Amino acid sequence: MAEKLRYRDPELAKTIAGKIREVAPKDEHVKFCHVCGTHEWTITHYGLRSLLPRNVEVIAGPGCPVCIVPAAEIDEAVLLAKKGLVITCFGDVLRVPGSDMSLLEAKAEGADVRVVYGVSDAVEMAKREPDKEFVFSAVGFETTAPSTAVEALAGPPENFSFLVSHRLIPPAMELLLGVGDLNISGFVAPGHVSAIIGMKPYELFPRVYRMPTVVAGFEPIDLLMGVYMLLKQIDEGTARLENEYSRVVKWEGNPKAIEVMAQAFAVTGGNWRGIGRLPDSALKLRDELVAYDAREKYDVHVEQGKDILLGCECHLVIIGKIKPDECPMFMKACTPAKPVGACMVSSEGTCRVWAKTAAAQKLS
Amino acid sequence: MCLAIPALVKRVEGGKAQVDFGEGVLRDVNVSLVDAKVGEYVLVHAGYAIQTVDKEDALETLALWKEILEFEKDQG
Repeated sequence: MAEKLRYRDPELAKTIAGKIREVAPKDEHVKFCHVCGTHEWTITHYGLRSLLPRNVEVIAGPGCPVCIVPAAEIDEAVLLAKKGLVITCFGDVLRVPGSDMSLLEAKAEGADVRVVYGVSDAVEMAKREPDKEFVFSAVGFETTAPSTAVEALAGPPENFSFLVSHRLIPPAMELLLGVGDLNISGFVAPGHVSAIIGMKPYELFPRVYRMPTVVAGFEPIDLLMGVYMLLKQIDEGTARLENEYSRVVKWEGNPKAIEVMAQAFAVTGGNWRGIGRLPDSALKLRDELVAYDAREKYDVHVEQGKDILLGCECHLVIIGKIKPDECPMFMKACTPAKPVGACMVSSEGTCRVWAKTAAAQKLS
Repeated sequence: MCLAIPALVKRVEGGKAQVDFGEGVLRDVNVSLVDAKVGEYVLVHAGYAIQTVDKEDALETLALWKEILEFEKDQG
């Protein structure tokens, strides 16, 4: 087993940590941003930040697709659930706060809300129960969007439609570069989003913004290597796009997945919780698939919702402006058992990841 | 959410395949986005195979996911 776990080898980790110290700038502060909840999990769980020099910081950006779904889109699902439709969703979506209530609260009031493992399961349910209307809450980044595309193109049953909340990662990364005092020195790009979209969508970061960018995997060694590769670029005074996770991520990504996404979706502007409206950052079903667009089918359009409750600082956590423990509510009014903000709800949310690890450290 | 878990392809029929996530957890997944072959590993996300992976890497990644899931479970 020990031999098998190459990407978690402590000796190798120490070697890379040594290399990181060698190549890191001596005084200048560098701040790398990742945009992936699972990256945050690995970094936090393995205490990787403690292996880095004090002036090398890794922050978490908007890497949780559940956290950034705006309240208005949860409100749309809640409205449909209250109308008597069956809402199907991923488990993490259930407790995401809407303006007045979450889908879980709607369920407690008698609505038919069902958790599914994937969109195919929701389609199968609709086929088995033709006398009910089914809606699938299609949340997720580029990793998830192809599955929605395949089902939409395959022609789901008439009693099935999608409430599409898919968002795209590169526009969110571009936004972070415009946040005045965030001062990012490089990006750790997400592994599984990149397995779909490939490397090309990140080309603009080194080319236009002179921003070193490395796609990294999810093991401790992957992330340490990612940080090392970024530091090396800074040391050399260059900005390149590199792939640490080449065992999964191909330059061209997954061409079939890219193709079905292009067939099913048009790219449009979209709201992100805690961030606001980002141009060309969301997907909507193309006109020829409008029959499967729940917003049009049932004429449900909520424009504005209550994204952030008073006192909650999710909007600052989501863009990496503050760390979870800098929010006054963290582990006081807002806990995994009783989450206030979306970042504490999803298992990929930065607050949730920090809460779990903080609890584990106290236990051990 | 962007978790993708490697699984061994046991049987392929059209765009569907039966895969093994290890320890006997079998599931039917959609493989229309990849070139899935029996005996090889695929990365599965929300019921869809999104990429093929090499066996060594797959086994190692399985160990990481197992750890993440057990951690989640322990912490409630």
